Amino acid sequence: MSNDRVYNVLIVGVGGQGIILASDVLGMVAARHGYDVKKNEIHGMAQRGGSVSSHVRFGKFVSSPIIKMGEADVLLSFEQIETLRYFPFLSEKGKVIVNDLKILPPAVFTGKQDYPADVIGKIKEKVPDALVMNAEEIATQLGNPRVANVIFLGVLSKYLDIPVETYEEVLKESLKPKLVDINLKAFQKGRSLAAV
Amino acid sequence: MSGNEGIARGAYEYGVRLASAYPGTPSTEILEYIGALYPEITAGWAPNEKVALEVAAGAAYGGARAMAVMKHVGLNVAADPFMTLSYTGVNGGLVIVVCDDPEMHSSQNEQDTRNYAKFGKVPCLEPSDSQEAKDLIGEALRISEEFDTPVILRSSTRISHSMSLVETKNRSEGPKELGLKKDPMKFVMLPAMARRRHPIVEQRLKDLAAFAETFSFNKIIMGDESLGIISSGVNFQYAREVAPAASFLKLGMVWPLPGKMIRDFASKVKRLVIVEDLDPFLEEAVRLMGIPVEGKELTGLCSELSPEKVEIALTGASSAKSIGAIDVELPLRPPNMCPGCPHRATFTALKKNKVYVSGDIGCYTLGALPPLGMLDHCLCMGAGIGVASGLDRALGDLAKGKAVAVIGDSTFFHSGMTPLLELAYNGGSTTVVILDNRTTAMTGAQNHPGTGFTLRETPTISADIEKLAESFGFKRIRTVNPYKIKELEDVVAEELNAPEPSLIISRAPCALLKAGRILSDKPLKIEKDVCKGCKSCINTGCPALEFVKIEEPVEGDKRKGFSRINSGLCVGCRTCFEVCKFDAVKEAS
Repeated sequence: MSNDRVYNVLIVGVGGQGIILASDVLGMVAARHGYDVKKNEIHGMAQRGGSVSSHVRFGKFVSSPIIKMGEADVLLSFEQIETLRYFPFLSEKGKVIVNDLKILPPAVFTGKQDYPADVIGKIKEKVPDALVMNAEEIATQLGNPRVANVIFLGVLSKYLDIPVETYEEVLKESLKPKLVDINLKAFQKGRSLAAV
Repeated sequence: MSGNEGIARGAYEYGVRLASAYPGTPSTEILEYIGALYPEITAGWAPNEKVALEVAAGAAYGGARAMAVMKHVGLNVAADPFMTLSYTGVNGGLVIVVCDDPEMHSSQNEQDTRNYAKFGKVPCLEPSDSQEAKDLIGEALRISEEFDTPVILRSSTRISHSMSLVETKNRSEGPKELGLKKDPMKFVMLPAMARRRHPIVEQRLKDLAAFAETFSFNKIIMGDESLGIISSGVNFQYAREVAPAASFLKLGMVWPLPGKMIRDFASKVKRLVIVEDLDPFLEEAVRLMGIPVEGKELTGLCSELSPEKVEIALTGASSAKSIGAIDVELPLRPPNMCPGCPHRATFTALKKNKVYVSGDIGCYTLGALPPLGMLDHCLCMGAGIGVASGLDRALGDLAKGKAVAVIGDSTFFHSGMTPLLELAYNGGSTTVVILDNRTTAMTGAQNHPGTGFTLRETPTISADIEKLAESFGFKRIRTVNPYKIKELEDVVAEELNAPEPSLIISRAPCALLKAGRILSDKPLKIEKDVCKGCKSCINTGCPALEFVKIEEPVEGDKRKGFSRINSGLCVGCRTCFEVCKFDAVKEAS
């Protein structure tokens, strides 16, 4: 990876999953590393369970705060079908990280429509090395289901060229003291799970 | 910093003494940041945008630097003071921050605020990132004082909610002397005075156009001469992203326009394209100058632009190598009322009464979506009561006893009080239901005059809706707990049958609020074998409920499925308990 390029990370999921926090931390990490950073998110009605997307872009110089369709290097998705909703943003060579979690949208929980079958299989057909994990389960094993987003941040850090210390520094500064240990543990767990 | 944080920071650094706003996406966070971070600034929520602008105007009349903040449709509410403020001018700097929402991420229309700048004959600045959002607040205040005019700073969802790096400075105070100054020829807009002010406004616009030629945020960036792009705001960033080699005229002031600069730029490039979303605002101005230009035939009039849309507009195709879509029919994921939402309980009671619902703007607007499907119209903030009264009076027996208006508490204080007064005054049989959840929920729980607290959580008055309606002359006022659905159902039925105006206050705090909480937070459960699969609970639309299909039924089981409660989401509001006819919903042990 050369240092002139712009990195495009698209983080998606459902309101309330900690997506904005994850993307905030990533943005701060990239800035601390000395990159120009732009970030955009659509969260207008996200607290009401809507679909959420956060674009994080960093590099020597960044113009648009939004990733061009087809240019995301990494698609990090906190929910199965949200991966599909934003799939065209991914570049041909892009990486996919998927949370093995289904959050049922209204048409599904009211029994009007079925949740699409074999979403993970379909993603793997297109991106064979897609990383699939149940982050909530891993987070619960670690002792706090709410650190799923930081596990993902750990995974993501393996795909990017920013030193691990920078992530740890930013996490320490942006979290309440009593939450630092569990989050650093979650971050390391994420790193150990990444395939690269 | 986000663009909104940049704007708040700008208010701090450039000596704003007073800021006033009504919440509205994507502008809400600006006043929240000011409230949380900058105690030097006197700041508070106004009941609506008109009042916010008037409060800010007062501060500016007295020589203070002032800011009013609103979303695009908020300027419609504030249009009355806005149009004449242009005539009186200011004293201390006055910036009106207006955040547009192209694409309507969280709005009812996508009007283009630049038209208001032209209409009101005031300058309009437009930042293209968070640094400029901050810097242009300083420029807006300086221009406001130098040219004696209010100034609009137009943001958009993508500027307000994008983050980029910002360099900060210390605060400096505004230059004007504070005080009560008598100057009726300037400030009292009687016809005789206003007639003198109008030519001053016209001359000011000419002076501002001359100023625009040297304004440092309007700049020509020459690159390849085969393509010249005129743009502003986030669209400039998109254009530079997809055509980095092109020449640019980047406008930081979008009204009035620097005519000479535009001619100069046009003469230097072979192909001239304007990249702007919504209205052909810049395009029409450039065409009026007799300059051939491409614009809306490439970029379209509706929705926001994006990097790929701009690339396709400029080159005919996207250069990105997308992996492509996965062909699966995806269920939509619209926003929904939260588990335990008191509005769901109220709508469930209204549904039993099979009423026509005159709607309004807030979380309860989501009651229009299936499976509730309970809103029959929603026009603008505060419209529901007036529309219901009009239907009732015009249709007589066709509407009598069949229609209600619903409005939230914050929306009621915003613009529901005057239609309620109209209803009391002109009469009829309309039933109004105030969905009082003790907050401005849709924009993220802001205080308002009914909550008892200010922007900075300082205790204050709590306006009493019952007493207000009583003083308006309402004879029939009922206050109910929406979670007691059967009781509410009966109250609605009684009030619908009443021959005079009635007011029902359906009061329970928003399910996301901790203060004054009445929810048990103890999840309920459904006994799978008792549940008949009738979907009464499912049809309330609660996200904590799921209809589980039975694929292979045991013999004699004719159910298609049964309901299940997600104990991780259920907060124990008991709405499903109330609607279940088979006692399948139980308290969790």
